Amino acid sequence: MLVIVPAFNEEAAIGEVVRSIHEHVAGAPVLVIDDCSSDGTIPAARGAGADVLPLPHHLGLGGCVQAGYKLAYELGFDYVIRVDGDGQHDARDIPRVFERLKTSGAEMAIGSRFVGENGSRTGVVRSLGIRFFRLVLRPILGKPVHDPTSGFVGLNRRALAVFSRSFPLEYPEIEALVVLQRKRFRFEEVPCKMRPRLAGRSSITAIKSLYYIVHVLLGVFVNVLKYERRWHRGRENPGRGPHSGAGG
Amino acid sequence: MDRLLNVTTVLSVVLLVMVLISVRRAHIRVEYSVSWLLASVVMLVLSRTRPLLDAVTRLTGIPDSPLTLFLLTGSVFLIMFFRFSIIMSHLRDDNIALAQRVAILEYHIHSLRNHEA
Ligand SMILES: Nc1nc2c(ncn2[C@@H]2O[C@H](COP(=O)(O)OP(=O)(O)O)[C@@H](O)[C@H]2O)c(=O)[nH]1
Ligand SMILES: [Mg+2]
Repeated sequence: MLVIVPAFNEEAAIGEVVRSIHEHVAGAPVLVIDDCSSDGTIPAARGAGADVLPLPHHLGLGGCVQAGYKLAYELGFDYVIRVDGDGQHDARDIPRVFERLKTSGAEMAIGSRFVGENGSRTGVVRSLGIRFFRLVLRPILGKPVHDPTSGFVGLNRRALAVFSRSFPLEYPEIEALVVLQRKRFRFEEVPCKMRPRLAGRSSITAIKSLYYIVHVLLGVFVNVLKYERRWHRGRENPGRGPHSGAGG
Repeated sequence: MDRLLNVTTVLSVVLLVMVLISVRRAHIRVEYSVSWLLASVVMLVLSRTRPLLDAVTRLTGIPDSPLTLFLLTGSVFLIMFFRFSIIMSHLRDDNIALAQRVAILEYHIHSLRNHEA
């Protein structure tokens, strides 16, 4: 199992994040993907004992995470856990997410801050957005998802293969769920704690939230269309392509 | 009306010359210059052949000729901008995949070196 951490200018938090993962997930290698930070994110991560994948130029969160998925896939890992580089996810939750991933057989496990009673605080606009997307995603996914924007996820190798080929570029989490659904993959939610950021500010400000909503809505729409097309083609011509039998 | 047509004539000639110079100096790739050349030629022809412009105006039911000229050139440029967005999106996709590949290859090189050492 590999733990990957996308980071962009997280020099103040990344060292602690990596140390905490090493402490609570003994023996798991940690890969920090640096999205061309202008601060000391890379030395801070290396200093804490992480492997670093530096990107040649800034790609944005989705491109950054996908680089990590591609590398993990090439290195042959069966499971990947992704946590944020700002310290908001508690490394103590990683073993539970990993456990659920292995035992449930689902392709993806989401560390969810809204399942269970540990109601964490988020901004007003943000939580409105999350509620909105819960409503939108419910019929598409066929089951409720409590925390669709969570950056704390575990994937098995099947999901890794899909995301290596197709992953959204900006604000990837919600669209990624639809990409999985297109493959008829399953996901599970595991209740987790979310802490306030160790340092810095969230990249998703209130002003950006509207752009976020429109952008993600369009992305979901596009992915649903692709799904429909594939489904129709799949019915005319079943068992087509090398990956058509990958569903769970 | 005639003065307006003279202005658009000058504009389209300037555009035409700019595009040709850029192609010659290889500042713009030939395949991307074609749509610009086409657009400037359309604009030039419409500005210089009054009967053609009037015919289009009558055909489309647009109330007057300057508006026809404006709408036609406007839509030609809109289509071109849209094409550019498509081209840019392709470039961006390729560029991201390339950057990821470079990063991953560098990672492999480093770990090979570390193995040897
Ligand atoms: N690669 C990359 N990562 C980013 C970017 N912006 C934020 N991140 C990372 O994404 C994660 C979550 O970002 P954050 O701003 O905390 O979002 P939030 O937790 O959803 O409010 C952190 O690990 C950040 O370092 C970016 O532009 N590129
Ligand atoms: Mg965060």
